[in-house]
Parts: sequence; C-alpha cells; structure tokens
Amino acid sequence: MSLVFKPEETFRGDYTYRNSDAAILRFPFPFPEDRYMYSVNIEPHVRSGPTDVFHRPFDIDEHYVAECRDRALTLEQDPGRCQALPHMMTAQWDTLELLMENMAADYPEQFSLTKEGDVFGSRWTWINRPLGIEQSFIFGDPDTLPCEPFEYITRQAQGDFAICDQREDNLYLDAGMVTSQADWSLAFNVGMNFMEWHGPVPLAHQAGVFERALKYLLMLRLGQPVRRLNWTMSINPRLDTSPESYPEWGPDRASVTVENAGGKVHLRVELQTLWRLPRSNAILFPIRCFLISVEELARVPKWGKRLHRVLSSLPPELVEYKGLTRYLPATLAWLAPLDDGAELATGIGPDITELAPL
Amino acid sequence: MIGETLELTVVGVDDIAPSLRHVRLAAADGGQLPPASAGANIQLRLQGEARTWRNAYSLISQPGRRDVYEIIVRRVPESRGGSAFVHEVLKPGDRLVASWPSNLFAPQRTARHHLMIAGGIGITPFLSYVADFAHNGASHALHVCCRESETATFAPWLQDCGDLNYYWDADGHRLDIPALLAQQPAGTHLYVCGPAALNDQVIQAAADAGWPASHVHCEHFGAALSGGTPFTAFLSRSGIEVEVGESESLLEAIERIGASAPCLCRGGACGVCVTGVLEGEPEHRDHYLGADEREGGQLIMPCVSRARSARLVLDL
Ligand code: FES
Repeated sequence: MSLVFKPEETFRGDYTYRNSDAAILRFPFPFPEDRYMYSVNIEPHVRSGPTDVFHRPFDIDEHYVAECRDRALTLEQDPGRCQALPHMMTAQWDTLELLMENMAADYPEQFSLTKEGDVFGSRWTWINRPLGIEQSFIFGDPDTLPCEPFEYITRQAQGDFAICDQREDNLYLDAGMVTSQADWSLAFNVGMNFMEWHGPVPLAHQAGVFERALKYLLMLRLGQPVRRLNWTMSINPRLDTSPESYPEWGPDRASVTVENAGGKVHLRVELQTLWRLPRSNAILFPIRCFLISVEELARVPKWGKRLHRVLSSLPPELVEYKGLTRYLPATLAWLAPLDDGAELATGIGPDITELAPL
Repeated sequence: MIGETLELTVVGVDDIAPSLRHVRLAAADGGQLPPASAGANIQLRLQGEARTWRNAYSLISQPGRRDVYEIIVRRVPESRGGSAFVHEVLKPGDRLVASWPSNLFAPQRTARHHLMIAGGIGITPFLSYVADFAHNGASHALHVCCRESETATFAPWLQDCGDLNYYWDADGHRLDIPALLAQQPAGTHLYVCGPAALNDQVIQAAADAGWPASHVHCEHFGAALSGGTPFTAFLSRSGIEVEVGESESLLEAIERIGASAPCLCRGGACGVCVTGVLEGEPEHRDHYLGADEREGGQLIMPCVSRARSARLVLDL
C-alpha cells in the first residue's frame, strides 16, 4: 500500500478521522469465529498475516501524521503520559534502535537512519520526512536528543508503548508512552508487576490465562517477537480514552442512538506485539491501536455479520468490563439488518479485495 | 530483527591459557550481528565427524557490539567432545550455525550494588557484566576464585572493573564468603557462577545471612551436563525407540534420530523442554522442576536429565 497521509484529520473535537477503502480492507479484524472467547491467542509476529497490517513489524499507515500530532497534544496537557524509571535507560535506547531500524528498512521513502557505528557512542542521523525531522545524535547519550530516547522515538510512532523490566520471575511495567489507551492509566500502573496490572480482567484469572502467559513471556526470545489482537469499542474515533480525560469522553456513551450507532460506535483493535530487547533484556510491548466505525467495518460484509454475532453472544461480565453496556443494544439494532444468518468462513481476513462503492 | 539462527564465521582463535581458547565469531555474510545483553549466551552447533554438539557459551564481548561475538571455551578433561572440538578442530574461516543470543542470567537493573562471585570459567558471564556496569556507571565488585596462575588471563576484559579481587587455594588467599556477604550494603544483588560446589556454598551462605532469594542469582553450568549410564527412551507418540549413550543427553539422542523437541537453554533452567514421562524413573538434573514435580516422576527435562531405569517412555 502506498502511503498517502491525512495530516488534517482529528481524534478529538470535530472527529474528522476516517478510513480510506484501502485502510478498511487492511483492518486487523479481531474475530475469527462467530463467538468471542477470551484466550492468550499469541502467535509469532512474522512478516505475514491475514491483512497487510501484519506484514511489517511496526506498521505505519495513512493516519501516521495525525496520530503523532494527537499524541503531542495529549502530552502537552499531561506530560505524565510518558514515563520511564531511571533503571530503564538501556531499554530506552533499545526501543529507539528497534523502531528506527525497522521504520527505515520498511519505509525507506519516509524514514532514514545513517550510522557511523553500532555501539553506544556512535554518531547516528535520523530523518523523518512525514514529520519534517532531521536529527543527528550520539547513540547512548541522551543529552544529544531533545528529550529522552524513548519519548523521542515514540513521539514519532503510532500506538502506545510499554517496557517491562524482567526480574524475580516477573515483569514490571517500568516505562511507558501511553496516549491512546483504552481506559487504563500509565500513572496508575507504572511500577506494577504483570499480575497486578492484569488484576481486573474478569473470566481470565479463573482460566489461569495470566499465569501461563507470564511464564511464556519470561521465556520470550530475542529475534522471535510475538503478537496478539485485543479489542474494545469506543464512541467517536478518539485515541485518548484515558481515565484522566474521562470527563471529556465518558458522556459520549449516552449519545448513541440506533440511527447514529453506525457512525459513532467504533471498534478499537489493539495489535499488541512483544519483543525481547537486545541490550537491556527488557520486554517491549507496543500496543498499536486501530479505529474503525461500525459503518466502515460493515462495508466488508463478512465483518459486519460477524461483528453482529460476536456482540450479541458476549458474556455479560465482558460487556460490562469493556464498558459496552450503555450502547450495545443500539449497536446491535444497527447491525441486525445486515446479518442474513449466512454461514461465514473462519478467519479474520475480509475475503474480498474491493469494497462496493458507497 | 527477526530470526532464529545465525550463520557465523570464525574470525579468530587463540589460546589464552593452556586449557582456555578465545574464539571470535562474525556474521558469515559480513553484516551486523544482533546486539546482546550482559550475561547473554549463544548456542553453537558444532559439527563433528560422527556427531553434532550443541553447546551454550556466554558472550564475553562488550554488550551491544554487533561486529563480533567473543567466547572463551575451557577444554574439560572429561569433555564429551564439544570443548575438545573447539580446541582441536575449529579454525579461522570455519562456518558455524548459532542460535540468537538469549539470556537467563541478566543483571538486575534495580540493584544499588552488583556483587559478582566467579569460580574458574564461571567468570565468563561477568566479563560482559563488567563492561555493562562500567558503561552505565553502576556500582559493582567482582570476586574471582581461580588458579593463581590464571589471575592475569582475563585482564584484557577487566580493565574497567573498579573493585576486582582474586582468590586461590592457599592460606590467606581463600575467599571468606560469609565475611564478604556481611559487608554488603542493603540493596545489593549477588550473582554467582562457577562449579556446583561454589554455587551451593554461596547460595547457602546468603540464605544463612538472611539475604532475600530475589537478590541472589546463580548461573549453573557444567556439572549437570555430564553423562551417565546408557538407557533406552521410547517416544510413544512417534513410536520411535532411541538409545541414549553415556556421553550424550536425552535431548541430543532425540535430535540425533531427527525428532524435534522444543528446547531453549539446554541447561535445565528454562523449562521449555518439559516432557511427560509415561513409564520409567527419571534422574532429575535440572534446575527447573519443583520438589513435588520431581517426586511425582511424571515430568522430565530431556536437555539435562537421564533415567535411573533402563527404559523411559516419553510423551513425545
Ligand atoms: S531446554 Fe531449557 S530446561 Fe531444557
């Protein structure tokens, strides 16, 4: 997909965010079956997958410029959305290196990285054409960047990022850039261990899901990143749905009607990947958020029908946990006429290559 | 940075002591290697004439270096072949397949002070630790128990080590472990790597002195990997029988016949190779299974453990 950015779109105020046809077709739809089951569902993060979104380790799409601007706005209001505990400095550089190398390799027209050496102390130059940035710096010396390396590079990336330190057979969330979270708080979670920050998920603990996931993650190997999809819904294409900004977005939940549900209700999918970081041995946890309105999604017939089936069979605990209670009935009523009950192929791909014109 | 194995070329071998060989490895395609963290190791596939060894070695190069990986291999007298191969056969220009670096013994970044105790070749993970600590300005001390004649052997890697102490087996030169532990400030993390006897002594002394287990870290090597009496393993799912020789591990025997078994550390530490035992009595040599699981006798770590009985039936 060739990249044409939409720098003017917004994720707040007038919410002008929209997906192009190409962006709809590559959307990481999260439901392979008609019913949703909570599971660890982790797979290797290889350069392939059911849609183009999965094909590069760090995906950049048409919303890149607008998302970076939205992040900057959120950070301006609340600098605490980016934090790193002091012992995470090596992991910060690891993150910068991983992102710059991958972005430059996968999108050479947009980004370039030139190095005079690979060890700490080397001189590197980074060019980010979409954001108009050219920066020379000494790899390993934070004073040569305008801010700390983790903040520097994640201000130029889509999605949230957490870094976990591994110690005492556990993972500690000791650094994060979190401006597009689905209702969780970095300030609240920073320093917590894996079990603590997963505490509130219903139905998952009983299944021992987190114990197994933690054991697995502790063994995560360098060079073998893994991924999973997670999802929730939000009203309006809003990236920042943090507890801190609840007064701004919470009331929107009451504004949904059967008539406007298609445009207002958005499926919010997180493509979560996990990377062992090479120099620090920490684990990087990028959480890339993709937003799509129910109306846009339903232009792929398979996805519209499946969404209807998944949502109408969700266990009540999950409906409540994901905060859908208020607007789920209206959303279902909007989707119902599209679902003819036909059998749908398993898997998350769109199964079409072109959308019917609007 | 995605991949499972690396193609390496030997770019240098030199003997730094009668039984110690320093090996330098670069990417076979002339490109960059993945960076590695302090304490990381790589597993080398050493292709002998009759068999293949897979041995893990700590990287002693400066963490993060991407032009070369360095290791030091001690020739063990009772070698099962891997270390003898490195000493006798390996030469510059040879190609090797290696795993990507992994790390089961990484320094704890929250430590206020890092106290390292090394026994003999157990110094290798600490050579990269020291470089890391020096670069990050982390407070650290290294205590090395070795032969008196070897005190200078590792000097090239220890130039940045501020607090460096040597001990050997002579009056006035022995390491008094309890006394050393008693001097440490709160917030110290203790790392030990050496022969099993030293590891055990240090861990016991730390427990006796009331150190929390979370502040005591140990890398095991060597002992667990030595062989034993031959036995037969039957892989019930694939219906294959395999003879496990006295100098190979159960995992190696399984791999020799072409069956694939998951593994990672190959040292009984990571838990990846855990396999069900349907019949027979395992002889556990791992550091992973808990006491209950050992007694239960239904699980085995094939990378290091063997059989007490003549035959072992595995759920594999
Ligand atoms: S491979 Fe790690 S315990 Fe066996």
